[in-house]
Amino acid sequence: MFATMTGLFAEPWVITLLKVVGVFAVVMPMVAYAVVAERRISAWIQDRIGPNRVGIPFTNIKLLGLGQPLADGLKALVKEDLTPAHVRRAFYWLAPAVAMVPSFVVLAVVPFGSMLGAQKMVIADLDVGILFTFGIVSLGVYGVVLAGYASNSKYPFLGGIRSTAQMISYEIAMGMAVVPVFMLVGELNLGAVIDYQRDGAWLVFKQPVAFVIFLIAIFAETNRLPFDMPESETELVAGYNTEYSSMRFALFFMGEYAAMIAGSALMVVLFCGGWMLPLGDYFSTPAESLGQGLVHIGVFIAKIAMFLGLMIWIRWMLPRFRYDQLMNIGWKRFLPLSLANIIVTAIVMWGLYS
Amino acid sequence: MEGTLFNIFAGLAVLSALLVVANPFNRNPVTSALFLVTTMISISGLFVLLGAYFLAAVQILVYAGAVMVLFLFVIMLLDLREGARRKLNLVSLAMGLMAVGALFLVYKSSIDQTYGSEAPSHEAVADAGQAEAKPVKAVGSTRALGQALFSPDNGFILPFEIVSVLLLVAMVGVILLSRKEPR
Repeated sequence: MFATMTGLFAEPWVITLLKVVGVFAVVMPMVAYAVVAERRISAWIQDRIGPNRVGIPFTNIKLLGLGQPLADGLKALVKEDLTPAHVRRAFYWLAPAVAMVPSFVVLAVVPFGSMLGAQKMVIADLDVGILFTFGIVSLGVYGVVLAGYASNSKYPFLGGIRSTAQMISYEIAMGMAVVPVFMLVGELNLGAVIDYQRDGAWLVFKQPVAFVIFLIAIFAETNRLPFDMPESETELVAGYNTEYSSMRFALFFMGEYAAMIAGSALMVVLFCGGWMLPLGDYFSTPAESLGQGLVHIGVFIAKIAMFLGLMIWIRWMLPRFRYDQLMNIGWKRFLPLSLANIIVTAIVMWGLYS
Repeated sequence: MEGTLFNIFAGLAVLSALLVVANPFNRNPVTSALFLVTTMISISGLFVLLGAYFLAAVQILVYAGAVMVLFLFVIMLLDLREGARRKLNLVSLAMGLMAVGALFLVYKSSIDQTYGSEAPSHEAVADAGQAEAKPVKAVGSTRALGQALFSPDNGFILPFEIVSVLLLVAMVGVILLSRKEPR
């Protein structure tokens, strides 16, 4: 019995399946609690109290409102699933799923830790890691576009159109921004990027311009304020998800937060040393014991949490851009700036290595 | 395993390509565009099976992620009505058949060049694939592809740059033609 069990765990597909389940088991609660964090932090910034009541059901234990996501999820599940009469049904049902899937698929190539036992802590160690990432990120726009088209009414449609133009524009700036990173690293594999930053020289210090452009482009790609034109409440009711309710709306909502987590994970890997900390060998060499491996994963999650905090904070501090301003920044500022960054990096590298 | 995956991806590619042009249930242009996206993604799966990971990623990035999104954008902006069933046009049918025939000849000649003029048996293809498994994978890697394209000995640099200038010309032309105000 035991022999067959260990044999089963040596199969590659079983290990991959375990990793996928593990990543889901960590990311789904992170999505849920990112929502709580958003609500609590926004309340704190606006001098309100925020959701602090829901604790363990049928008791008086409140736990700072940490039961809130369970209550929200239950509410979304048992609410009436309304399909308005005027929508295009097939697209209407497809859109929430299409909006949510890409954010999770991106996480497949992100190295979220060093080693655990003999296993590398990445689901798919692809040589073209970053290209795969950008490919999947670029599919993310379909969810919003389809929702806008399927709803068959004005405001969602405008939201869909806006998001298409916005996400395509910022994808270009985002892609151009990371080119210097890979010129320095010399590999497209995301694990190689982390290895490159081993001695503590994180790429955020070597490529600050690339980091800033990438950070802002992630805001635009995840439709977060100050770039949330597609759902801009003051103009478009709720943008592309106006016609959605109950669990379908919740899927869009979860998709947004999952995209934030994926974007933060990319920023941590590309610019902030991944699972490493410049605190000596224990934190910067691949783990040899189980505990060390878990610590590395913990460091990675903590870094993601910091970026999530930054994104939430910025959302409640800044007003929304106007649409033409958004396009101007994307095309006339960030694109030339990132191209200049590529050329400067090339000249410096040429000077250093020749 | 690889055979099964090939059948899945190839079947999906052909089926959704058919649904792009001849969907019996739905004449909506957005449906066609989405089936074209499915075709692109299936083809990228075929590239992965061939070991061409770079091409697979670029296929998704450029075609599924950028070109098709712009297609959808234009379709939605123009608000095309569901196309009325057009009658079969003999001229366009003849033109289409000619194009397909020409494409088929190109494929046939390239297969002939690789395997000699007699059609390869299934085993021969499998043997050749196994014997050359390593070089095939190496071609697929990004580094090898970059060196093949840009190494000065190969002489691909000039054609590559000319193609990129061609794209630039097209872009400048579009901007010039779409300017509204008179000069």
